[in-house]
Parts: sequence; C-alpha cells; structure tokens
Amino acid sequence: MNQMTSVEKKVNTQDIKISASGVQVYYGDTHAIKDVDVEIEDKTVTAFIGPSGCGKSTFLRCLNRMNDTIDVCRVEGTILLDNEDIYDRKVDPVQLRAKVGMVFQKPNPFPKSIYDNVAYGPRIHGLFKNKADLDNIVESALRRAAIWNEVKDRLHAPGTGLSGGQQQRLCIARAVATEPEVLLMDEPCSALDPIATAQVEELIDELRTNYSVVIVTHSMQQAARVSQKTAFFHLGNLVEFGETGQIFTNPEDPRTESYITGRIG
Amino acid sequence: MTDLTNSPAAGVPRPKHGTLLTQDARTAKRNAAEKRFQMYGMIAIGIGLLMLLVLVFTIVRNGAGAFQQTFITLDVQLLEDKLDKNGNRNIEEISKVSTFGYSPLISQALEDKVASANVQTELSGKQLGDILSKSAAATLRNFVLRHPETIGTTVNFEFLASSRVDGYLKGRVTRDSIANDKNISVEQLDVVDQLVEGGSIEKTFNLSFITGADASDQRPESAGIGVSMLGSLFMMLVVLALALPIGVAASIYLEEFAPKNWITDIIEVNISNLAAVPSIVFGILGLAVFINYMHLPMSAPLVGGLVLTLMTLPTIIISTRASLKAVPPSIRDAALGVGASKMQSVFHHVLPLAAPGILTGTIIGLAQALGETAPLLLIGMVGFIASNAPDSLASGLLSPNSAMPAQIYEWAKRADPAFYERAWGGIIILLLFLVTMNTVAVILRRRFERRW
Repeated sequence: MNQMTSVEKKVNTQDIKISASGVQVYYGDTHAIKDVDVEIEDKTVTAFIGPSGCGKSTFLRCLNRMNDTIDVCRVEGTILLDNEDIYDRKVDPVQLRAKVGMVFQKPNPFPKSIYDNVAYGPRIHGLFKNKADLDNIVESALRRAAIWNEVKDRLHAPGTGLSGGQQQRLCIARAVATEPEVLLMDEPCSALDPIATAQVEELIDELRTNYSVVIVTHSMQQAARVSQKTAFFHLGNLVEFGETGQIFTNPEDPRTESYITGRIG
Repeated sequence: MTDLTNSPAAGVPRPKHGTLLTQDARTAKRNAAEKRFQMYGMIAIGIGLLMLLVLVFTIVRNGAGAFQQTFITLDVQLLEDKLDKNGNRNIEEISKVSTFGYSPLISQALEDKVASANVQTELSGKQLGDILSKSAAATLRNFVLRHPETIGTTVNFEFLASSRVDGYLKGRVTRDSIANDKNISVEQLDVVDQLVEGGSIEKTFNLSFITGADASDQRPESAGIGVSMLGSLFMMLVVLALALPIGVAASIYLEEFAPKNWITDIIEVNISNLAAVPSIVFGILGLAVFINYMHLPMSAPLVGGLVLTLMTLPTIIISTRASLKAVPPSIRDAALGVGASKMQSVFHHVLPLAAPGILTGTIIGLAQALGETAPLLLIGMVGFIASNAPDSLASGLLSPNSAMPAQIYEWAKRADPAFYERAWGGIIILLLFLVTMNTVAVILRRRFERRW
C-alpha cells in the first residue's frame, strides 16, 4: 500500500500523447473491441488490465497497427498520435512503428549477436553516421534497459543465449534504440521469474521519464506498482479508466471491483 | 430409484484389484499386443534393410566390372615408310594415312608379341587382331598425330582388348558360351590365356569409363559415361539457375505477401498437384513448347534443364514454404515492432533462418532431377552418342548431349552384354552422385539448423 501511494504522488498532468475515440475492432465476424475511448498521456505509464480475452492486447496492437498483419482484422474509429490519425491512408505503418515501439510477451531476440539485435533498428532507420555513433546508440540503449553491465563483455555473443529476463531486457533495449516516443509492452513479464520481473518493472518506471509507456498486464499488483493510469477492459469494453490509485482503491464500476477483488476473471 | 442413483455402479460388480505382483489377463493381453506390434515394426525395418542390402550388393557386383578394363601391352613399330613417306613430319600428310594404314602395324606387333612370348598358335596376325578392340587402330593413329616425333621408333602401347576378351577375363564370357560367337574363337582364347600368363594382358583401373564418351555398338570396351556426365552437369546448372530463384521468389511471395483468398488457394492446390504429375508429362510439354514452338535445339542440355526446372519447381516451392512457415512468427513481430518493413523482416530475418531448409529442398530437388529419365526420352536426349566433350559453356548448353540416366538406359537396351555391365557401372556413378548430394543436404541442415 505504501508503494502505491508513492506512485500516486508522482502523477502529474501531462500532455495527451495518444487519443483514441470510438475504436471498434473486428476479427472476421467477432466484435473484439467495442467503442473504446481512451487518452494516453505523455511520460506516463498506462496499464491495461482485464481478464483473458477481454481485448486489451488487441487494443494495444491497434496503437502501432500491428493488427495490420492479421488479414481478418478490421479497425474502425480514430486513434490520434500527436493529433495525427495513425489509420490515415497516408500513414505508412513502418514509420509509425518507428515512433511507437513494442515489446512482446515472449522475449523474441533475433538469433543474432546482442550488438546486432540492438543495432538493427538504428541500422534500418539510418539513425547513425558512423560506427562510433552506432556503438554509442547501442551502449546507451543497453544502459537504459539496465542490462549493459551484464552484457558489455559479450556484445557479440548470440542474444538467444541470454536468460529469459535478460532476453526481455535486451528486447526493451532493442525497442528503445530506435528512439520511439511511445513504448507498448504486451505482458512483458509473463514469462519471467519474480526477480527478473522486479528488474523490468524498475526499468519501466525509469523509462517513464522519456517515453509514454503502455503496458498490458495480467498481474494487478504489477499494474498497481508501475502505472499511474489504469484502464480496465472487460469483454471488449473499456469499463473504467482513471488514476491507478483510484481504480484500485475506489473503483466506480462494480465489474472493476469484482475483478480487482478476484471475483471475476 | 434412490438405490440406483446412490450407487453409480449398481448392477455392475465393483472390479476387484488383485495383487500387483502378477499380471491379470487384461494387462497380459495388452502387453502381448504391444510386443506383437513392436515385432511387426522390426520385421518391416528388417525387410527394408534386407532389400537395400540386396540392391546395393547386386549393383556393386554387376557394376564393379565396368571400372576395370583389360588392356594388351604391345611394342608397335611406327614404320616411317608406312606413316610418313616423305619423312618431313608434316601433320597434314600424316593425317592422310587412315586407320587402315595402322592396322598392319598392330597386327605385326601382335605377331611379334606372340612369337616372343612363345605362344603356340596357328592364327595369323589378322585373326589375332580380333582380340584387340576395334578402336585400337584409331587410338594409335590419334597418338601418332599428337606425337609425330615418335614415327620411326618403337613405342610401348596399351591397347584396349576386345569386349569378348575383357568378358573372358571377368568371367562373363566362357569357352562354352562362345560356341556360336563370330567375334571370337576358342583358339584366340588360348592365345589370350598364354598372354595373360606372360603378363602382356592385364586388367587395370578404367579411368576412361568415368571420363570418356559413349561408343558405338561394335566396341563397348571403349564406352564411357564422362560426356553424358557433363550433359547432366549442364542440365543441373540450368535447373539451379532457374528453379532456385523462381521457386524461392514464388514461395516468399505466397507465404509472406500474398493475400489469403481463393486465388492463392487454387495456386497452392495446383502447386501441390504439380509435384505429383508424372515426369513424362513435363517431357511432352517440353517437346511441344521448347522444341516445336520455340525451336530450341533437340537433345540439348538447355532444353533438358528447362524441362527438369518445370519438374523441380514444385518440390522447391513446397520445401521452401515449409521452411518459411517453420520460422516462428515472433521473429516477424520483433522485426515489424522495431519498424522494419515487411520486406526487411523477410530478407533480414526470416529468409536467413529458412535458408538451411531451402537449401536442403533445393538439393533434394536437384538430386531428383539428376536421376530423371522419362522427360529426356521425349526431347531426344536418349540414343544420341556424344563423342566429344563440349568445349565451352554455350556448346555445353546447346550442342546435343545425353545425360547420365539416359546413357544408362541406352546401354541397358543394347544387345551386347558388355554394355549391360557398363549400365550397372553407370548406376554406381549416378548413385554416388545422389548419395553425395543427399549427404550434403543432411550436413547443411544439421550445421545451420538454429534452435530458438
């Protein structure tokens, strides 16, 4: 409880980074997301919670158009990133994804060296002038992902040889290296043990100073620990969205209360 | 009623569990069934292995002979007044002397050899000549044309023995079996026996079988598989150059980019069906399209390669798609997630991971194409006797040639049993190629297989 209040204190009003309104998602005939409005602030950690299959991951993947890769998926409504509609015809999802980075549920480093994993994004986006530049980018990304000390002596060892928690932090470093403005995390700790989870959570809190972070999680304790804003999804609806402290201590909707007290889910 | 609902097993006696130390009837029956099944499996594998052993044994036994050939060593006097009357070593004048000019020299050399080895025979030099290959005079003439300086000297020369003599030394021809044979007589075999004792007739390793060209019906002893091996090589070059890029491009498009709708479904089904189309159908297609319509040269490895490309494409596409499918989607997500385009994610990440599988599929497709005979029948690559190795890439692709399996088929259907032996020998060489290619495929798969 002590921790939660400390988080609460940090909350201060920020600019709106992403603003979604009237978002509908269909998988073929299934209506997966029903009329969701949400506003995600800059330099804030926003947590999406809810029971399995409630649509929180689907909604997260709408934010960087990863759903485009699914043929049957159809998105309606508007999602504005810095007041630009990301589903506009003129928007190239590739450019969008450079701005909105993503970390996945399962650590998925490329089967290449640690260095190449982190350098891949800067390489394809041409973010560096020379080798020394790239070295700096890689180092600072690995430092921001709090994994530099563990891997600095073996940057050219394969990334797949790291432990699960290290792999996930490497994936975070990889996402950070392209200098995104928003970082989406889809249950980043579900494959990790408690110690690695704690490291990643600490990292998320640090990342907040530079990025807008959106995290999907199954663990309500995690949502309470790392986030300032929380959105509760249920059966494709956004049931409640507000300050994390508010949601966990004094939810307005009875469904939220049932979920966080463990009666549904 | 209540009785029934209360005890679910009413009417059915509750099973009694006896001691665990003895098997009850049911367990014993189950175990016996499992044992029986394992035995069937072992018998099946045993039969398979036995057949493989029989096959390999038969091939080696029948084909090994082709790698040895009987040679007769003779000292030939290259008389100047016969070969170069003017004595000025002008190649053009020397080449006017045909093989008929050389035959007496060889006959003389044989007579000398017979006399010096104290062989008892009443045969004349010309009759003795039958124990040599019919190519002997031509071989000698070619030698003299290459080395005109040897005219006037006596050279020690190894001549191919005739296929009958060769068969006699290998046990294929016996004194009984030649009763009605016009090509050799018992008296000639007597001479052969004595020359073998004297060391003038020997079986040695036959390199020209591997490197040489096919020969006419009359002289099986000089037939080789080398030129048709080149024909196969050029066909494989065509197949590799066309089938690999086309197949891989098609698979990548179908697997990674194409929308999933009824058109791609139909294409997919048809590719699978094409893999099962009999190869002779591709042959007649090649005949109609490449030769009759496009007027490409008959019997050319280029046409053979094109036909085999059609045949190999489905194999390569199917295996490439399978290996692309085997790359975990999380790798694609990861690449897209850092802002790579679809094509970058495929070429930077998916393709390298799928490469071993693609290579394996390609090599297996090539191996399949290498052993294919039926389509070659239709485009005229069978029955053509290529006497020279092609001298350039263009002539290798465009000049008529044969291919290894077609050559084997050609030998197997000729009357002389000496060709039969060569057919088996050719099969050994073909199998060596196939085994090598498949081994390379396995090694590549093992070496580059990544686990994640």
